[in-house]
Amino acid sequence: MSGLEAPRPFAEPWEAQIFALVVALQDAGLFSPGEWADALGAAIRPADAPERPADYAQWLAALETILGTRRIADGALIDGRRDAFLRAAHATPHGQPILLENDPGSGGER
Amino acid sequence: MPGHDHDLDHSHGSELSPIEARVRALESLLIEKGYVDPAALDALIERYEHQVGPHNGARVVARAWVDPAFRERLLADGTPAITELGIGGRGGEHMVVVENTPETHNLVVCTLCSCYPWPVLGLPPVWYKAPPYRARAVIDPRGVLADFGVTLPEGTRITIWDSTAETRFMVLPMRPEGTETLDEATLATLVTRDSMIGTGLPQAPR
Repeated sequence: MSGLEAPRPFAEPWEAQIFALVVALQDAGLFSPGEWADALGAAIRPADAPERPADYAQWLAALETILGTRRIADGALIDGRRDAFLRAAHATPHGQPILLENDPGSGGER
Repeated sequence: MPGHDHDLDHSHGSELSPIEARVRALESLLIEKGYVDPAALDALIERYEHQVGPHNGARVVARAWVDPAFRERLLADGTPAITELGIGGRGGEHMVVVENTPETHNLVVCTLCSCYPWPVLGLPPVWYKAPPYRARAVIDPRGVLADFGVTLPEGTRITIWDSTAETRFMVLPMRPEGTETLDEATLATLVTRDSMIGTGLPQAPR
């Protein structure tokens, strides 16, 4: 058996998605590797809690901070789009791809 | 929602966890605003899931074991030597390769977050990104090595290398004894991921 059999790099598809977003944005020059390491380093050291693993949930948090600082997407915009995806998922039969256009809209809620 | 049909809502609808929905939201917003291209995202995932990994680093190590001139170039300036083998890319722009010797064992950590030499080792294992390793590698390297089942001779010094966004370290482990007759490809199969981080040693030949 080879000692090179590393575990799969991503435990779940969303981990691969957030990883790819961060690398693509660096490739596009939106932020540098140094800025990214600083943002991730800050995300894993909350003021009021013990230090956290530098896992992909923290990648998400660090990316949101950068996007907010750069005024590319703020929390409210992301929350709104997240809710749309949650509604779309709800309206999508199990096993079908979850597409944003299947969002019945927030107006459908009561 | 009109007609609260629990059976319909929960048995037949799909589910996204809160984090899945949030990542999808970011992705769709960034695509919509033109910051990222979906095809580029797919290509990145394909690359890091299937192409980049410690088998790349193992090729570098095996080459250094059989080719003294390459070893010298690798230790003098890691990045161009690694590029000679067609290996490179993000996370490997400034590679420093540190050589284990009978006197010195090298151990790599990122105390800030999880900086890691992606082109040669792939993406870091979970333990590399966790607070205990980040902290203990520096204050108790021998204890960390013991946890990994590695015991070094008492006289061996341990040097810690703290990876950063700019500089990523990789360990060149010592060639195992009894491998004089093995070719480069066979030698590469003895190189483990952990031996290139410093938390392991290469496998012994069979």
